[in-house]
Amino acid sequence: MILNIENDLNRFRQIVKGRVRKDLKRYMSSGEIIGKQGDKFVSIPLPEINIPRLRYGKNQTGGVGQGDADEGDKVDGAEESAGQAGDSPGDHLLEAEISIEELAEILGEELHLPRIEPRGKKNITATRDKYTGIARVGPQSLRHQKRTFREALKREISAGTYNSAAPVLVPRKEDVRYRSWNSKADPQSAAAILYVMDVSGSMGREQKEIVRLEAFWIDTWLRANYKHIETRFIIHDAVAREVDRETFFRTRESGGTLISSAYMQVDSLITEFYPPDEWNIYLFQFSDGDNWSAADTRTCIDLLKNRLLKSVNLFCYGQVESEYGSGQFFNDLRGDFGSDERVVLSKIPDREAIMGSIKDFLGKGR
Amino acid sequence: MGEEHYRRSRRQLPPELEDARCRIQAIAKGHGLDFFDTVFEMCDYDEINMIASYGGFPTRYPHWRWGMEYLQMQKGYEYGLQKIYEMVINTNPAYAYLLDNNAFVDQKLVMAHVFGHVDFFKNNAWFAHTNRKMLDQVANHAAKVRRIIDAVGETATESWLDTCLSIDNLVDPYRDHIKRTRALDDEPPPPGSHKLPARSYMESYINPPDYVKRQEREAVARAERAKTFPEAPVRDVLGFVLEHGRMLRWQADILSIVRDEAYYFAPQAQTKIMNEGWASYWHTKLMTEQILEDAEVIDYCDHHSGTVAMRPGQLNPYKIGLELYRDIHKRWDRGQFGKDWIECDDAVAKRDWSRPTNLGKDKIFEVRRTHNDVTFLDTYLTEEFCRRVGLFTYEFDKKSGEYLVDSREFADIKQKLLFMVSNHGQPRVFVSDGNHANRGELELTHEYEGVDIQLDWASHTLGNLARVWGRPVHLRTRIESKDAVLHHDGEHFTYEGPKPAAGRK
Repeated sequence: MILNIENDLNRFRQIVKGRVRKDLKRYMSSGEIIGKQGDKFVSIPLPEINIPRLRYGKNQTGGVGQGDADEGDKVDGAEESAGQAGDSPGDHLLEAEISIEELAEILGEELHLPRIEPRGKKNITATRDKYTGIARVGPQSLRHQKRTFREALKREISAGTYNSAAPVLVPRKEDVRYRSWNSKADPQSAAAILYVMDVSGSMGREQKEIVRLEAFWIDTWLRANYKHIETRFIIHDAVAREVDRETFFRTRESGGTLISSAYMQVDSLITEFYPPDEWNIYLFQFSDGDNWSAADTRTCIDLLKNRLLKSVNLFCYGQVESEYGSGQFFNDLRGDFGSDERVVLSKIPDREAIMGSIKDFLGKGR
Repeated sequence: MGEEHYRRSRRQLPPELEDARCRIQAIAKGHGLDFFDTVFEMCDYDEINMIASYGGFPTRYPHWRWGMEYLQMQKGYEYGLQKIYEMVINTNPAYAYLLDNNAFVDQKLVMAHVFGHVDFFKNNAWFAHTNRKMLDQVANHAAKVRRIIDAVGETATESWLDTCLSIDNLVDPYRDHIKRTRALDDEPPPPGSHKLPARSYMESYINPPDYVKRQEREAVARAERAKTFPEAPVRDVLGFVLEHGRMLRWQADILSIVRDEAYYFAPQAQTKIMNEGWASYWHTKLMTEQILEDAEVIDYCDHHSGTVAMRPGQLNPYKIGLELYRDIHKRWDRGQFGKDWIECDDAVAKRDWSRPTNLGKDKIFEVRRTHNDVTFLDTYLTEEFCRRVGLFTYEFDKKSGEYLVDSREFADIKQKLLFMVSNHGQPRVFVSDGNHANRGELELTHEYEGVDIQLDWASHTLGNLARVWGRPVHLRTRIESKDAVLHHDGEHFTYEGPKPAAGRK
């Protein structure tokens, strides 16, 4: 039977996509889809896609239940009941899944992001197995009849026992051939995303949330542009260290701020793992713009100029605004790299600005 | 094309299930169940999900919400949250679907259950007016919608369908059973026409003056009413706007399709508890008394108890219905009905009551023929029953944000249950004025029962209604027990009334 649901299903998916497109800005600044992120899909809450009807307010009606609770006790699971338990879909929040590729596509179209032209020699290869080969050993299920009989024929002819008037071939053990796989190398362009964040005392919860949202959308876009992506996370206050994603967004330190420590860490990561002729390297730094001293800022700028910028496709500096941060680092960077096209500087005062800064960061197509 | 296409595309039962079907059918008939021919078909999970998302009719018109429901069902299945066991549609012959990877004992349970449903479809009075050739009608509807799509385009059709579906619950479930309107004269009869001919000395006896006066007053009032439009409040809002609204031909076609299908499904919503209860009653009876093999008992018990399980705080229609039928059966077997029973105040006497009449079986068949959920609960829900089953009411507590048990009083429980089943737990709304302010605007009135309408949904719904009606619409209701009027002119929503509680849009 053909499932004619396909058309309706596709139409529904289109509607979901349209809704995401329409509300992209809200989704970008609210983070409600980020907690629901899988490997290939994100799950998007869509409360208002249902068909509106006249109905009673949600918490108005109450209901009837069964059990031995006393008056005033809490009722478990009452939200879903409302008289129609059993088989009707309840009044739950609608969640639709959308693939990362689709999301990136929407992002790209809405922000007019240019496709990234990967550089590098595509040295990263993925291997793919295809059953194109022949082997002398293998499971019976992969026995290659034609080849087996061909081998038997060869053997009989060369042994002179083949009688074309009565062509009977009995393959022997050594004649049997099996299908087998060949590994095929697929060159792929690869990218490394290096996130650097200031976790000194001046970065608050809201600032981190903004960084988290930014990172999600950056990941989404770059993932759609590169087959192979590696992300590394570096946090720093006065010293830098590499952490995993979880820690990256959670950690809060209280120390001072030495941005150069992070740059040195980045430099050593690049040297060790990501030779620039093989990797497209993206460096994103988020900070409130406070650095310990002007001397350290000098060191930073030297590091950038002489080491980091030579390796990376793009260096993005996003400055979130906090009560304590002076924001001076932004100005320092602008002074030295204002016209360098490898460098993007963006200010992100609040969540509303996330969309704009993503556009700044990724709008260069590098 | 509907039915033919349908039949060809499915799989027949394998022989051992076919044998079981014959046997169960014979046993069910033997108990007096009277059903349409029932065609069972095997489906895999995807198929049964698909059929279910189309409300049982795979040939329905194209619309995104089937896709949405399918996706949700699929997800529920993948996560192991829900699983559809059976699916049966009210047609003649009836079609039922069996999930092909169910165990044999489950298939037998489902078949017994399905025969109960089909018996109910055939015999319950509220289904008497449903179209038993609905497969064909649904397919015709789909063909029509497709023709409209070809003519006016997909976007226009879809958005109009969305608009119509938004008001598809504004129907009169009693439409086919009650004649609501009588033709009225709009001219009052001349004075004196209520007098009967009488001699002068008999006049005051045959035509008592105050009686005549009353008659005349009523005639004038009737004539006044006849000038209003509609003459009497109309529950079938969908029918009213279809007849009098301003829309294009194709739009009216779609609206009437939506309305036909809403009326087809209305009795199922009206008899949910009764229907599921009846089917469960029969599957337990047939399975435990005749069909089960020894080895299947444990599995059967496991699955049956899953069907009738009450999660704390949830009302399961299978369970309530089943228990009520059993209660009725027992009461009428033991003679616990009638004047003596009602007037008896003695709890002990009531408990030990025994005047065997053995009318139980006849009674439950009568009940399944004549009642719907509202009358069923109203008539047969007893205090003893509520106490035995352990029912309570709960309310939402604003302070704690949780649902709290409110009462175990019989009167409260009954009232709440009736509220939940009447009009399928949805607000009751009727057309009170079809020419509001003499400007051709539509005024609806909500029969307020102490529960507020959800305003954000109502505003969108009214917007859709205004589009269908072609002029502004108004809804009279009450918010927090104070009068309120909602207006929508097709573009903007306005609201007069008390400020609704925070937390709602």
